[in-house]
Amino acid sequence: MKTGDRGRVDLDSEECKGCGLCVEACPPKVLALASHLNRYGYHPATYSGEGCTGCGICYFACPEPGAIVVWRLKAEARPVAQAA
Amino acid sequence: MPEFAVLHEKPHSFYSLYERKGELQHQTHYCPGCGHGIVHKLVARAIDELGIQNRAILVSPVGCSVFAYYYFDVGNVQVAHGRAPAVATGVKRAHPESIVISYQGDGDLAAIGSAEILHAANRGENITVFFVNNAIYGMTGGQMAPTTLVGQKSTTSPFGRNVWNEGSPIKVCELLNALDAPVYLERVALGSNKQIMAAARAVRRALEVQMRGQGFSLIEVLSPCPTIWKKDPVEAQHWVAEELVKTFPLGVVRDRTKDAPVRPASAAPPALDKIPGILGLEQDDPGPTVGGPAAREPVELAVKVAGFGGQGVLLLGEVLAEAGLASGLQVSWLPSYGPEMRSGTSNCHVRIATRPIASPLVLRPNVLLAMNEPSLRKFLPTVEPHGLVIYNGAACPADCLRPDVTLIAAPFAQLADGLGGARAANIAMLGALLEAAPVPFESQVPNVLRKLVRSPKWLEIDLAALARGRQAARQEVAS
Amino acid sequence: MRRELIKGNEAIVKAAILGGCRAFYGYPITPASEIAEAAALYMPQAGGVFLQAESEVAAINMIYGAASAGVRSMTASSGPGVSLMQEGFSYLAGSELPCVVADIMRGGPGLGNIAPEQGDYHQVVKCGGHGNYRTLVLAPDSVQEMCDLTLLAFDLADTYRNPVVVLADGYIGQMMEPVAFPDAAVMPSAPAWAVTGTAETRRNLVTSIYLEPDVLEAHVRKLEAKYRRAEQDAVRFESRETQDADIVLVGYGIVGRVLKEVVEAARAEGMRVGLLRPISLYPFPTEEIRRLARHAQAFAVVEMSTGQMLDDVRLALEGRRPIEFYSRVGGNVPATDAVLGFVRDALLKHVRAPEVIHA
Repeated sequence: MKTGDRGRVDLDSEECKGCGLCVEACPPKVLALASHLNRYGYHPATYSGEGCTGCGICYFACPEPGAIVVWRLKAEARPVAQAA
Repeated sequence: MPEFAVLHEKPHSFYSLYERKGELQHQTHYCPGCGHGIVHKLVARAIDELGIQNRAILVSPVGCSVFAYYYFDVGNVQVAHGRAPAVATGVKRAHPESIVISYQGDGDLAAIGSAEILHAANRGENITVFFVNNAIYGMTGGQMAPTTLVGQKSTTSPFGRNVWNEGSPIKVCELLNALDAPVYLERVALGSNKQIMAAARAVRRALEVQMRGQGFSLIEVLSPCPTIWKKDPVEAQHWVAEELVKTFPLGVVRDRTKDAPVRPASAAPPALDKIPGILGLEQDDPGPTVGGPAAREPVELAVKVAGFGGQGVLLLGEVLAEAGLASGLQVSWLPSYGPEMRSGTSNCHVRIATRPIASPLVLRPNVLLAMNEPSLRKFLPTVEPHGLVIYNGAACPADCLRPDVTLIAAPFAQLADGLGGARAANIAMLGALLEAAPVPFESQVPNVLRKLVRSPKWLEIDLAALARGRQAARQEVAS
Repeated sequence: MRRELIKGNEAIVKAAILGGCRAFYGYPITPASEIAEAAALYMPQAGGVFLQAESEVAAINMIYGAASAGVRSMTASSGPGVSLMQEGFSYLAGSELPCVVADIMRGGPGLGNIAPEQGDYHQVVKCGGHGNYRTLVLAPDSVQEMCDLTLLAFDLADTYRNPVVVLADGYIGQMMEPVAFPDAAVMPSAPAWAVTGTAETRRNLVTSIYLEPDVLEAHVRKLEAKYRRAEQDAVRFESRETQDADIVLVGYGIVGRVLKEVVEAARAEGMRVGLLRPISLYPFPTEEIRRLARHAQAFAVVEMSTGQMLDDVRLALEGRRPIEFYSRVGGNVPATDAVLGFVRDALLKHVRAPEVIHA
């Protein structure tokens, strides 16, 4: 993970059906469908590992209830928040 | 190392593992790219945010979402095709504190369940309806829906929907907007990030309407069905945003969330010991016991009262039965009913007896009270030998006589009219019966009239008619 | 106990409320409308719900909702409306939901007429809905039984978690007789399986869908076992003068009343005639009919249909004894004299010592 990313995304490759809606939805375009297949035969969505802004849009675009968890940098960890 | 906190995760209102689902219990049964999963997520999140998981009851009828209860960790009721709004009505009225959600597809809501949704909306039921419109029957394999677009092909519109054959797509929000009661109607879509976020807000607002007790709300969600549409999920999403919205414009169709009144709460139920009183079964007086003094002499009255509707035929019978009952006798009262109640002939069968009454039907009366000539002609032949016939007319027609029965004819209607109302002719005839037949319950008749006749004016006329009828019978018997 | 002179249709509602029913959803139809009218009057005062639904289909599904929510609930209708409710009966039975339905039968088929008939036997007793289910059916022959059997129906519905139908006809519904109601009202607590919108019931599920064949088979077998248990425990009938009867009359509802008069008249003429009146139509008093067949030489079924209950009597007898059948339909009720003549003929035809008729 690149330092300075505001967000992080965890994708459950076994829950993912490879629909690609999160890839389409992701504003910074840091998600992609993997070239490998998961055990149900889908190309699961994967995170490139850097550039997530923590916007959460992929979470709402994803039709599987628990396939995506979005994390965001804690407020106190941010320099601005510390100053305040 | 920077610290991260969870921003979005699986809502708590979903089960962590879908144990009700037979296999693959960690993922839904929906096809890749199906909109149901997104709508489910929006609903579950709103339930979490509003803190209503324990109160929520999800009603899921037939459609791809028939198995919503696999996923939602809330009370679940699975129901027949299209009937969710009716079932939700029964649930919500039983438990007004619960939050009842009807989750329906387009075939379910707009076709087979069109009556149920219309009337639930019209009653302003305090429920929330999530209506997933993907313009096709998904579960059953792609048949035409009431919301299928004009020209859209389906397995049952293979040449495309034709308005001359199948009509135009039904716009549910606009249709319901013609009704007074709905509080909040909005059409949203899952065609883009922006649309999905607007849908999330609408879902939450609709539940808030119910929580405030304002009444009916419906959110129509234009939703992709990639499998049946034969599009990949991204194409399907674009088709929602580009094509579906042309027929089904997005936006708020009705919003009375600011000024809609809160439905009045129902009053606290009465204590259980008040119920008999509410039903009019209060035991003021114990009443007569069966087989009491009046029953010493055997009684076996089989009375037929017959006349036109509106002549008080049924009331006359009821007074007789009530008086018999008040004297501790067995009684039954059987009306002819139906169209006769409104016009034409009317008759009733009354039995009053010392012994238990086998059949309440009186096919061979021993007393006939004929309030008009057709009734006399019809029933005179059925009267038992030695029976009593009382006829409302100055004299029986010459061809309508039987030597083996006692016939009393008097113009009871005219007599009653002279007392203030021809409608009291029935009671005048009752007076004649009391005079002509030794019935052991005659002393009860005035009490019964006081009970059954609510108007003081008519009670006075009836009591006078009772006496006048007796007098007429005395004269008639004497003559 | 004071006795109230009351209409059958009204007695049902008072009994239901005394028995803890607090939800009535219905659609008006002659000759059952007084039930909805009485429910509209009393249910709100008793703290319950009355709602006139948009159709019988909606009404039975509202009942499904109220029953799911653990409330004793009922609806009422007549032939055409009951036809529309068949979908609901199947779902209610499949989801094991208790409720009570009063069917005040009228003439059919189609619009038929509004006079009394017994043509709903097949659709109610044999079940007109889809799937392997039964409804328990009780057939009152008096207004007192409209009260008593309605109360019983709610208990049976809860015991078996199944719809129970009170099957009466236009005459039983419309007539007035004295009724002794119970002194006190009861209110059973909501069953543990109900979905009530609370933390305790959050995991409860009401459903009739079982996708896996083995799972659905297990569910259907469970229902079947329940019905077998009802066949053991819930049979009800009234017997009159059957002990020495050469011929046993079988009839229910208003016909049962006519047959009581027929038995009295026949006995007065010296004919050894008895009456078996099924009170529970499902479960049917099959064993009792077989028991009576040991002594009776023939059976005579009287019905206001062209022979619907007749099938159950045939199945009970399995050819052991001959059956004669007398029927009136279209709103006509068998007349005592006519049935008496039919019984005389049946005796002459089947009873080995016809001289008994003149004894």
